[in-house]
Amino acid sequence: MKKREFPRLGEMVWQEELESGLKVAVVPKPGYGKSMAMLAVDYGGADRSFELDGRRYDIPAGVAHFLEHKLFEQEDGVNALTALSERGANANAFTSPDMTAYHFECSDMFFEDLELLLKFVASPYFTDESVERERAIIAQEIRMMEDDPDDAMYYALLRCLYGNSPIRENVAGTVEDLEKITAQTLYTCHRAFYTPSNMTLVVVGNQDPGRVADMAGEVFRDSLAPRARRIPPKAEEPFPVESRTVREMDIGAPMFLAGARTAGGLRGRESVRHELVASIALSGLLGSASGLYRELYDRGLINETFGYDFENTAGCAHLSFGGETHAPDEVCLRVFEAAADIAARGFDADFFERRRKTTLGGAIRALNSFESICYNVAAGTFAGYEYFDTPGIIDAITQEEARSFLSTYLTPDRCAVSVVNNKKL
Amino acid sequence: MDTVTELEIMRSVRLTCVRATRFKTGCLSMTFLAPHTKKTAALNAALPYVLRRGTNRCPDMESLAAALDDLYGARVEPAIRKKGEVAALGFCADFPDRAFLPGNIDVLAGVAGIMGELILTPATFGGRLRADYVESERENLIADINAEINDKRSYAALRLVEAMYRGQSYGVGKLGSLADASRVSVYTLTRHYKEIISASPLEIFYCGAEEPERVAAVAREALSALPRAADRAAPRTAVDTGVPAGKVRHMTETMDVTQGRLIMGFRLGEIMEKPNYPALMVFNAAFGGSVTGKLFMNVREKLALCYYISSSVDMHKGGMFVSAGIDPDRESEVEEEILRQLDAIARGELEPWELESAKRGVISSIRSALDDPMGLESLYLDRTILGARATMGELAALCEEVTAEELAAVARSARLSHTYFLTSGEEVSGR
Repeated sequence: MKKREFPRLGEMVWQEELESGLKVAVVPKPGYGKSMAMLAVDYGGADRSFELDGRRYDIPAGVAHFLEHKLFEQEDGVNALTALSERGANANAFTSPDMTAYHFECSDMFFEDLELLLKFVASPYFTDESVERERAIIAQEIRMMEDDPDDAMYYALLRCLYGNSPIRENVAGTVEDLEKITAQTLYTCHRAFYTPSNMTLVVVGNQDPGRVADMAGEVFRDSLAPRARRIPPKAEEPFPVESRTVREMDIGAPMFLAGARTAGGLRGRESVRHELVASIALSGLLGSASGLYRELYDRGLINETFGYDFENTAGCAHLSFGGETHAPDEVCLRVFEAAADIAARGFDADFFERRRKTTLGGAIRALNSFESICYNVAAGTFAGYEYFDTPGIIDAITQEEARSFLSTYLTPDRCAVSVVNNKKL
Repeated sequence: MDTVTELEIMRSVRLTCVRATRFKTGCLSMTFLAPHTKKTAALNAALPYVLRRGTNRCPDMESLAAALDDLYGARVEPAIRKKGEVAALGFCADFPDRAFLPGNIDVLAGVAGIMGELILTPATFGGRLRADYVESERENLIADINAEINDKRSYAALRLVEAMYRGQSYGVGKLGSLADASRVSVYTLTRHYKEIISASPLEIFYCGAEEPERVAAVAREALSALPRAADRAAPRTAVDTGVPAGKVRHMTETMDVTQGRLIMGFRLGEIMEKPNYPALMVFNAAFGGSVTGKLFMNVREKLALCYYISSSVDMHKGGMFVSAGIDPDRESEVEEEILRQLDAIARGELEPWELESAKRGVISSIRSALDDPMGLESLYLDRTILGARATMGELAALCEEVTAEELAAVARSARLSHTYFLTSGEEVSGR
């Protein structure tokens, strides 16, 4: 394996692409008692149309997530989640629009756990009966999300921002989508996307990198598995398809989430750089250190629930901001005015440098979380960048980039707003 | 192993220092321990947020944020926690370790200094906390209480605890009631503030690369002006060891939801007279606290009756709660199954692998917490409030010794007291 060191962060990583095409990365963590492994697949909820063996498939929403649930079940009847937990490992999995990942954290018996993780992800086993049972469980999960005002508000915003990208639908799908998913759908998607060259294994902790690679090589020998060709959704204009959506729920106070699409589809360092520019620009405009935040907070227009976010996933990128407020339109208006003001005059130089420091501090803080390291290393592998290069990119970001981000994307015509009102009002 | 140093650095100010060099960040918290009562809950909850608005030196959030930005985005957040009848209020901070920052900047001293300012020299007007800050945080507190309904799962838990401990301090939520929150004023809060800083024991926790002596010196310096009238004993929680009289109380509330949220409240009863914490932890894992527990394995995996189901034991109070997200039509079925599983443990129906998995899970979570500064902070705070003496390593070793009979004893002692079911329907019934 090849070693790369990042002295500025006090980190190093061992990396190798195995013969099967599986990429392996091991990040040693001296002094820690725990270790974590994550096996990530470059396949998520937004991968809905693809070609496999000369045939086109358009699958319902929720398949990647359903598959994630079902893979834990093994042919010998043992549930892998139970087996890992029996040994004290804390195992879980998640599905995002562009990634499915299986992971565990443990403080001993690491290689036994790793072997099981690799094996259950590599060997699908479903029966109609077990798919049926899982359908009931996932239906409850979907209902739980439907009752969550933040989730409802978020997906309503995405449906305003995107006309045909699958990202506008919940990763878990709807209860109706679930009805269309069979054991056969799951097998097809596993065959299409769960190939070694479409996966990355990341280990964080004090484990022998060579042994990790050997074990992964043992389980994933076959590199000739079929590989699907993704069919991207039709390109669309970067403007919202709807500018406003309102719904009523049983909540305590009205809330809103506004958002705008930015530069989606970037790859490699450009992609990370875009994320970091967004983070610096948005913290300068909307973060708790900004004049605007103080003004809105002092005027009682926002409270500590106010925040902002930036997402860069499945070829889509968008910013969002929001929180509880009685006056979403007034908050949005002030945000646009303040963005226009920065666009015209630029950031104060000292203030901008403090934003850079905070962003660097955040990147260092993230290295405490094994899960965050696993996720970011895997995401970097799929998108073609080196996660640990982040500080250098932060150093290089200019004030002009941040200013231009705000002037380009934070304008009324690019933004949509999703509001959830209290039913009782 | 990390070195843990415990020092009394000033009168009624205790420092717990976990020296560890593996982390990228340091963690520092300063927490006052005060009684949680109906009268004080809203004041306790409002105070850290009002103090966080500004200090003499940094009179508003913008200048405070600038000071923290200069410390590479150090975060100093207000915190209010309810542990039995103890309110733990103060600030939690995390900040990048100086080893990874340019210029060897002393982040710890900077953060401790800002925390000291927040506690000792808040922005005032005419000797009182600033009226605009108090009013705005009172409104935020009211909004927070109103927003409890947003998360249906935790809302259901709050309603259950309220009913189960009606008339007792513990029945009051950590944010207090709406009525008490709306009565928070400059006068009441300033008086409360002065009482807290002069009379309440202060717990300081640090985890990071700095030597304990240096942390103690930095903390002493930051808090040199702290008024310490006399030694104060930490407030204690009243552990509930009684069994409920009469029948189980069932409550149902309807709301515009698609999933039903069931929560069942048990009193652990006489077993809490001399609580065996390791046994309680392993019991919870075996019953519903883990994915190998009986509830997950049976109610979710075997019967597919829910998406989430879990149990939790409140060591500070002696209660146990089971929470599940279920189909609105299947409440009684789920309830019966949960009781059946508890009964199974009480009758000693616990496979060796179930006990072993529960132990492995608990021990592993203790070990994982040792690798998480904020997790450690929380463990040590619980330990202080419980008055427990065992170190985390000793606790893990004790969990290893727990027997099936000890779990059965916990299960036999537990009595269902209240259930609360939030289910679909048009009208919001009264709170």
